Amino acid sequence: MRNPQQWELMSTDKIAIQVRGLGKRYRLGETHEVYRTFRDTLATLPAWLRNTSRERRAAKAGGHDPETPPGTFWALRGIDLDVHEGDVLGIVGRNGAGKSTLLKILARITEPTRGRAEIHGRIGSLLEVGTGFHLELSGRENIFLSGAILGMRKAEIRRKFEAIVDFAGVDEFLDTPVKRYSNGMRVRLAFAVAAHLEPEILIVDEVLSVGDAEFQKKCVGKMKDVAGGGRTVLFVSHNMQAVKALCESGILLERGRIVQRGPIADVVEAYLARATAVEPGTLIPPEFHRRYPCDLEVFRVDVLNRHGEPAGFVLMEEPFGLRLHCRARRSRPDYTVNVQFRRDDGLVLGTIGTSYVLDRLEMRDGGVYALTARLKNVFSPGQYSMDVRVAAGPEEIDFVEGIPLTVAPVTAGDELPQREGVVQLRSEWSLEEEDADGAPQGGP
Amino acid sequence: MNQTVDDMPREVHVIEPSRGWMHVHWRELWQYRELFGFLVWRDVKIKYKQTLLGAAWAVLVPLCQMVVFTVLFQRVADFSSDGLPGPLFYIAGLLPWNYFASSITQASNSMVQNAPMLTKIYFPRLMAPATPCAAAFVDFALAFVMLLALTFFYGIVPGASWLLLPVFMALACGAAFGAGSFLAALNVKYRDVRHIVPFLVQLWMFLTVITPYSAVKDALGAWRYVYALNPMAAVVEGTRWALFRHLNGVELLPGRPVAIAPGPPWDLFVLGTAVAVAMLAAGIYYFKRMERTFADIV
Repeated sequence: MRNPQQWELMSTDKIAIQVRGLGKRYRLGETHEVYRTFRDTLATLPAWLRNTSRERRAAKAGGHDPETPPGTFWALRGIDLDVHEGDVLGIVGRNGAGKSTLLKILARITEPTRGRAEIHGRIGSLLEVGTGFHLELSGRENIFLSGAILGMRKAEIRRKFEAIVDFAGVDEFLDTPVKRYSNGMRVRLAFAVAAHLEPEILIVDEVLSVGDAEFQKKCVGKMKDVAGGGRTVLFVSHNMQAVKALCESGILLERGRIVQRGPIADVVEAYLARATAVEPGTLIPPEFHRRYPCDLEVFRVDVLNRHGEPAGFVLMEEPFGLRLHCRARRSRPDYTVNVQFRRDDGLVLGTIGTSYVLDRLEMRDGGVYALTARLKNVFSPGQYSMDVRVAAGPEEIDFVEGIPLTVAPVTAGDELPQREGVVQLRSEWSLEEEDADGAPQGGP
Repeated sequence: MNQTVDDMPREVHVIEPSRGWMHVHWRELWQYRELFGFLVWRDVKIKYKQTLLGAAWAVLVPLCQMVVFTVLFQRVADFSSDGLPGPLFYIAGLLPWNYFASSITQASNSMVQNAPMLTKIYFPRLMAPATPCAAAFVDFALAFVMLLALTFFYGIVPGASWLLLPVFMALACGAAFGAGSFLAALNVKYRDVRHIVPFLVQLWMFLTVITPYSAVKDALGAWRYVYALNPMAAVVEGTRWALFRHLNGVELLPGRPVAIAPGPPWDLFVLGTAVAVAMLAAGIYYFKRMERTFADIV
């Protein structure tokens, strides 16, 4: 597919993407699926009128940052970035750091609030696997539809059709509606179409987190081809192995700003160093909150051992606890707090939270609370991280990412051997003898 | 394939916060014409997937409406039909009307329905409400075959004015697309639209399809100009006029000659066209103004 001369031609210093002072302000709640009806708008009208006059007065008195009116936040602030042709740039950062917002602006899905970006060349974006797939249509029809949606010409899709079908390995099911496909097949087909997109600039968000391990390997391989083919690639992922394998350079985003740029190894190292800087039992610094200050601030997380005492680690197969210390800055009857457990490559192992078991938490303005959870420990020994998500009603108001959790192996005695895998499954077995044809012995 | 990017002039996109009146990028719409074709094809294809009767529905629905209207409004209520047999009179109105109704209903839902796509990929957003307006022509064409069969049954020879039918369909398309874009943009913010549109469309149909303009004129006098602000009245009346004007004076019903003036009802056409054009401009304007926030709030 590539020839050697192409390599020389590709190593130019031409600018592919130039970003200057890019910023994006969201209204709180806008990032979630909260839609309104006329009645809602009418209901909030008096409050809105009151607020705006108060805000105006506050802004006049200098009490408020006029750039950030209440109820809004900056997802991106003052991003400057030059990407040269042929660069493969990794974008890393915690959830809510602004990675996806940056990609969405560059992919022209949403508009910046300020600043400017110039894109030189045909741009293709892959923010999701299977964009535009329709379940009622057959595999063949979806290849054409999805290809067109991703920006391919009809002739181009026809030319690559065989290759796409080969890559996905679905040739027997081409005329079956996609809704009858297994999940894995759907993902394979969707990625196969996307992988054959050949724009000059490719924007990719987290698509490698789908599919089984073997298919992921295939995808990384294909992505390497794309990246090696001299195309400019921007790549966002929580999977640090994939980022390191694919990218040469990177940027680290934190709370909407670029805090580090350079060779990818350094950026990943900085990310990992920062990602584990929140220690259980210590105060969580403001920069680890997605929004600060927020209505309900989780300011400390304790890990508790089986006796309910704060501990630095928990033991394999021993029940443990979490205590979240939080401060309410506004009275609300409908707070929820959830904790997600992740492996270092981003795989979510499980989620616990008040939204699954308790009613919503009622808290009063100025109150300080300790929220305690107890759970069974199924994790294998190793390092994990916890993300705390805080919501008020349907709206996520805070997010603290990367609180480490260490699960230590049990060394005393041999009665609990460590089993292979991410989780420790407990099971009971029995053995009975049967006939040659599988029927229980002694049956009728 | 082995061309490098250096050989070709590269397109440059500038991404900035938009201010004021955003222009429609006609050139870009043209560049995306293939995608538009695919989206229309998808809509048509999906509509009758997993149905027993398939595209026969496009004929069955207007056929049933026609029968009910003929029985109810002509046989029972004896409403005027300008001397046309009920089936002809109502089907001629129902074809453009059903096109309009299906276009506007689906267009107003288009942004919400395509939300997963809107938040994941760029395409000219106006294509979302435009797609159903184009796809509905397929149903129209199928139903038109039924109209042809009916005219054959009544022994009617097509007249030269049939060539004007595309003009009225263009008017219906413009009105549907204008109103549809407006409602689609509004629907992103206020889901009330979902409930209002079907109800509105039903009322609108009774205002438009049941009576000929001659009867409206008789009953309303000077107020007919208010009635004529409805662009679909111009479309429906215009379609009947174009289809049957050459039959003026012919007795299709015993003792009731067809009474369609060979000259067009200009007041209706001029007002209806003006309103349709205004709707189109306003719809696109509002849509473009809201466009920048679609992906954030849909």
